[in-house]
Amino acid sequence: MFTIISELSRWAIPVVLLVVPLIAFIRGVKVFETFVEGAEQGFATAIKIIPFLVAMLVAISVFRASGAMDIMVSCFSPVLNIIGFPTEILPHAIMRPLSGGAALGIATDTIKTYGPDSFIGRLVSTMQGSSDTTFYVLTLYFGSVGIKKYRYAIISGLAADLTTLAASILICKIMF
Amino acid sequence: MVNIIWLIMITLGIIVAGLNGNIEVVTKAALDGAQAGVTTSLNLIAIITFWLGIMKLAEAAGLVRALAYLVRPLTRFLFPSIPREHPAMGAIVMNLSANILGLGNASTPMGLIAMQELQKLNRHRPDTASDAMCTFLALNTSCITLIPTTIIGIRLLYGSANPTEIVGTTIFATACGMTVAIMVDRMLRYIYNRRGR
Repeated sequence: MFTIISELSRWAIPVVLLVVPLIAFIRGVKVFETFVEGAEQGFATAIKIIPFLVAMLVAISVFRASGAMDIMVSCFSPVLNIIGFPTEILPHAIMRPLSGGAALGIATDTIKTYGPDSFIGRLVSTMQGSSDTTFYVLTLYFGSVGIKKYRYAIISGLAADLTTLAASILICKIMF
Repeated sequence: MVNIIWLIMITLGIIVAGLNGNIEVVTKAALDGAQAGVTTSLNLIAIITFWLGIMKLAEAAGLVRALAYLVRPLTRFLFPSIPREHPAMGAIVMNLSANILGLGNASTPMGLIAMQELQKLNRHRPDTASDAMCTFLALNTSCITLIPTTIIGIRLLYGSANPTEIVGTTIFATACGMTVAIMVDRMLRYIYNRRGR
């Protein structure tokens, strides 16, 4: 099963790159001109998201560098110990929805410290693999079209993150 | 919501730094964050431009419409407000497929295209997220990833005996997250629309 999936992901993009222009050509599309026409928007789209990303990353960066994040972790630790939540993974759990790069950094650090095949190492791997950077995605996607009122998107995103976190801990306790 | 979270992160960060006596880290952290924001955006230019070109080709060839047609029963249920033949549907399908395959780089530009198409349907309140946008983001951030490539790489790097053993647990965890995301999205959509927000 896993070999099939990993082969599939290795081939997916090359196949798309082969099939799409070929079919377009067969169907009478001017392939080069059409590609360029679509690609024209790329620069403008990337530039438009700069202010949104800067705003979010500045806040996250200040929050983390000041030590506020560490305080938050130590505040929650005693409560979490009671319900059997491994506090070693708390920094990652907090960082995951905020910053993909930072979360990956914390996951790497955790794996390095505890070893990839320890319970904590496997748990943090599962967490890193199963969740996404909710705030980044929200900021980036909404920012790219100028949406300023997110309505309930943050709540459903965070509810999903929380569920994924709880499910990760549960399944890792059962499996490993 | 995002206004309050943003304000809290900044003010708490500065207050804590001040109390800790290391207020000087704030300036550096703020500039580092800004730098990271710009770098990330600029790094996206190449990949966004590239995928926008391919997407345009796929659209012109009728491939996007064919793919959207295949998964129509599912998307009709999730996105009742998007018209049948609208390109937004195709872009959403492509984005979610890329997410499932763990093609992080490829999914972002497709997601941005999907948002642009959704925004075209969002004429009356262009600064406010539509129902379809909220559902799309809920799905996107919780989407099942079959191959978490980056973390497998890191496990390998630190000498794991079985780097891919976390694939099963990852699929389980993410499936739970996605189910809850769809349920919460439906519930909140109903509540918010009744209140007229």
